[in-house]
Amino acid sequence: MSQPTPPRHDAVHSEEFLHTLMRRQLKLSIACALAFMLVLFGLPLANYFAPELMATRIYGFTLAWLVLGVLFFPAVWAISWIFIRRSIWLEEDEVRQVENDRKEN
Amino acid sequence: MTTSLFIAATGGLFGGIDPWIFGFSFITVAMTLWMGFRSARTSKTASDFFVAGRSVSVGWNASAISGEYLSAASFMGVAGMVMSSGYDALWYPVCYACGYLFLLLFIAGPLRRFGAYTIPDFAEGRFDSPLFRKIAVCFVLFIGFFYTMPQMKGAGTTLAYIFQNITWADGSHGLPYWVGVVVVGAVITLNVALGGMKGITLVQAVQYWIKAFAISVPVFVLMSVYGFYGLHVGANETKAPVVAVAGLAADGTGVSDSASKIERKPLAAKAPKDAAWVSPFGPLTTKAVNAAAAALPAEQRAAYLEEHQRPYSLLYTYSLIIALVCGTAGLPHILVRFYTNPDGVAAKRTTMWVMILIGVFYVFPPIFGVIGRNLMPDLYAGVGSKGTDKVVLELPTLLAAKYGMLGSILSGITCAGAFAAFMSTFSGLLVSMTGALAHDVYGRMLRPKSNPAERMVAFKVAAVLIGAVAITLGCFVEFLEINFMVGQAFAIAAASYFPLLFMSVWWRGMTMKGAATGMLAGGLCALVAAAMTNVSTLALDKGPMGKVFAGFAPLNGFWAQHPLLRILAEQPAIWTVPLALTLMVVVSKATAASVPGDIRMKMLVLHAPEKLGLKQEYIQEYQAGAGH
Repeated sequence: MSQPTPPRHDAVHSEEFLHTLMRRQLKLSIACALAFMLVLFGLPLANYFAPELMATRIYGFTLAWLVLGVLFFPAVWAISWIFIRRSIWLEEDEVRQVENDRKEN
Repeated sequence: MTTSLFIAATGGLFGGIDPWIFGFSFITVAMTLWMGFRSARTSKTASDFFVAGRSVSVGWNASAISGEYLSAASFMGVAGMVMSSGYDALWYPVCYACGYLFLLLFIAGPLRRFGAYTIPDFAEGRFDSPLFRKIAVCFVLFIGFFYTMPQMKGAGTTLAYIFQNITWADGSHGLPYWVGVVVVGAVITLNVALGGMKGITLVQAVQYWIKAFAISVPVFVLMSVYGFYGLHVGANETKAPVVAVAGLAADGTGVSDSASKIERKPLAAKAPKDAAWVSPFGPLTTKAVNAAAAALPAEQRAAYLEEHQRPYSLLYTYSLIIALVCGTAGLPHILVRFYTNPDGVAAKRTTMWVMILIGVFYVFPPIFGVIGRNLMPDLYAGVGSKGTDKVVLELPTLLAAKYGMLGSILSGITCAGAFAAFMSTFSGLLVSMTGALAHDVYGRMLRPKSNPAERMVAFKVAAVLIGAVAITLGCFVEFLEINFMVGQAFAIAAASYFPLLFMSVWWRGMTMKGAATGMLAGGLCALVAAAMTNVSTLALDKGPMGKVFAGFAPLNGFWAQHPLLRILAEQPAIWTVPLALTLMVVVSKATAASVPGDIRMKMLVLHAPEKLGLKQEYIQEYQAGAGH
């Protein structure tokens, strides 16, 4: 927390920087959210339109039960792990860019 | 046998209470109190009290968030609901866990970077509006109270279970439900008033591990004796009337190849049928339509069900998913924990660990429900604190018939876990609600010039006040299912805080008026809808509660005529969340002139990496003006 305060009116405060910043982060978040919602909203649809398939027994579970009660969790962990790696990389990239800009000026 | 001898020997002291169950529960409570008192000596500053000095490590914080999040609903309610409703209830644990993903994707990082003690702080800072802070405070309290009620029911149910065989001087048996609510509520309130948040972080981190241990170990033992999870789900497939097939291996382990069957007890009359229970769109989501069909003449019923049952169930399912997923991202006592991370990257890492910790946990409670259906169907007949909500506590006692003391020990462990569950969540809620009252109402509105010592006193007084209200509310809800009540708290949070946070973080055109209109309209609609279904359910009760709420009984007739409205009232998220979002956009557009002047700077603070040091700059600019 002891970084020197950057001088005002550098590239960080430009409209363009904020716009790019938010767009890149939001794009990543939305991409991950879509992957998640595909599973989340798709499963009730599968249950609705393909009840016989979802009632298939696997080790005693119905397919629907296996997906929702067990397999769902690892899928979500995978999505969040990818998101966190990407998003930390994004932040580092942003810091690198700003520092390069400051050196040039 | 050993156990009963032991009980007989200590009969004078314990009076029919299982000493193992009592012992484990007592140790959990005593440890919680001891840790609270101990940390009371070390938390001195106001910052310690509110956000634990902002320097909690990722591991501790993740355990603490998980500990706080895994409430009585997760520990007891999920199992109870899976047992009573089957497949549809699985959406609860899944969405409780997955809602965190939304929090991670859209809210966790920015909120932490903005840096404020509470959600009302964020609301005021983002819109420069003290008025909006007041509105946000009211919602912290509203959602908080809705969420304390199921915790209180968990407390009452568990204590009633532990003391079920106690005999009083007048010859009556058992402990009344309300005694548990009052005792547990008072203990936690005391703990929070003395220790504040810092004590709570440590306590909750430890309590996560108690809960994880208490839910998983009995499951493994039960499965090794009575058969694997899948085998028990598989047993719910009746082609002919259930014939109990002797399947337990002669050596008593019961672990045998998949061809052998589970030894099921005959289902109670009130239990749902196998097919409805094990497949999607079962009793939970079709209740309203079935009630409507029952009101029709017999010859129309089949056609009516054919036409409406499945589509309405699908609607119910989606609404439930939206409520749970968005609601997680809006629960005030969870959000406040993000401020205890040292930086935004740590906040994200914490969320990842929280998801793993609670995801692992949530695999287990449904197993209790599934095994309970096969082996302890008597619970279907019980109501209130004697119904399926106590399956987690009671199921391990089955082992007593075969292994004597082991059953009591495991039941003691799950009771200890249940104590950890409602104690940690209730104390977390109490801290965030007390924080709102002491920090916002007292420190900001009533006495802005009060010194830190006065604020500390205010924190303690507020804790006692809120604890008392929560206990009173808790006494009323014995006949509502734990999990159901939590779902409603989530529905209210989903329609108020989630749209507020999501839009304020990502849309700079948002104005105070837009935010307030959307949050109030969405939150209040959800609140009224949830309250209407609750009072009509309570009116059906045959005990004293039914008399209190008897005036609302005609509502049930109305629901029977309009099952769609009943579903939309019971699970309001599908219309209240879009309503809140739409109002926010429309009103903000109409009042676009009042977008805060320094919105670009605010957005930079929310989104730019912390390494750029923009936060310091922002605070320096503001120190003169806004009274930070």
